[in-house]
Amino acid sequence: MAENKIVARPLSPHLQIYKPMFTMMMSITHRLTGVALFFGSVFFVWWLTAAAHSDAWFNLVQGFFYHWFGRLILFGFTWALIHHALGGIRHFIWDVGKGFELKTVELMAKLNLAGSIIFTILLWVLAYGVKS
Amino acid sequence: MSMKTPLKIVRGLGSAKSGTEHFWQQRLTALANLPLLVFFTWFIITHIGTSRADVITSLKNPLIAIALLLTLASVFWHMRLGMQVVIEDYVHGHGRKLLALLFNTAFVIVMFALSAYAVLKMSFAI
Repeated sequence: MAENKIVARPLSPHLQIYKPMFTMMMSITHRLTGVALFFGSVFFVWWLTAAAHSDAWFNLVQGFFYHWFGRLILFGFTWALIHHALGGIRHFIWDVGKGFELKTVELMAKLNLAGSIIFTILLWVLAYGVKS
Repeated sequence: MSMKTPLKIVRGLGSAKSGTEHFWQQRLTALANLPLLVFFTWFIITHIGTSRADVITSLKNPLIAIALLLTLASVFWHMRLGMQVVIEDYVHGHGRKLLALLFNTAFVIVMFALSAYAVLKMSFAI
């Protein structure tokens, strides 16, 4: 009965067969930002361990993040973090059984994207304000 | 030998043998992450361009050190759960999948150990 033979079964159609839709892109972005944050966490651990280690290491890491390339990484990290967090709130709304109407789904996706951009810019304005 | 009926054993657990535990932990850590990340953002912003001594002074405050430790624990566990789903979706083949899952768990444990040790070292520094 239970034969472990590998049979070439037909696969269900994958992403490329579907027309790209906004909500679908936002779903993919939610996962991508999650993966990006996973690897991006290394930067924070790098900063923290450098602070625990020595002045020389800490200055090196601070210098890296002061450089435009380091700032670009931080900017991307900020956006990914906010986008993923807002996406998470969207999921909480669905978890309690609300917001499944197509109009609401579309609206929440738009708010998620707009919010992620607005909050990222606000945070960086605030950050530059704190520094100066 | 278990006296439970097959139905009793499988009820609520499903094919993953862990029921809704993964989903539940994922949502619990997600919920915890929201206030913790507000703290985290504040912590980062207030340490832009500061010296190492300033960071250590901040971490000497037990509330800040504890909040940071909680953030690390919740975020890293959430990361592990999330990456696990991604691996299960895209990495096929028993061996490769198992290896990827092991690396995933090892990664977050090492990251947590490094960062938690760093926080404690600075917090308890004389």
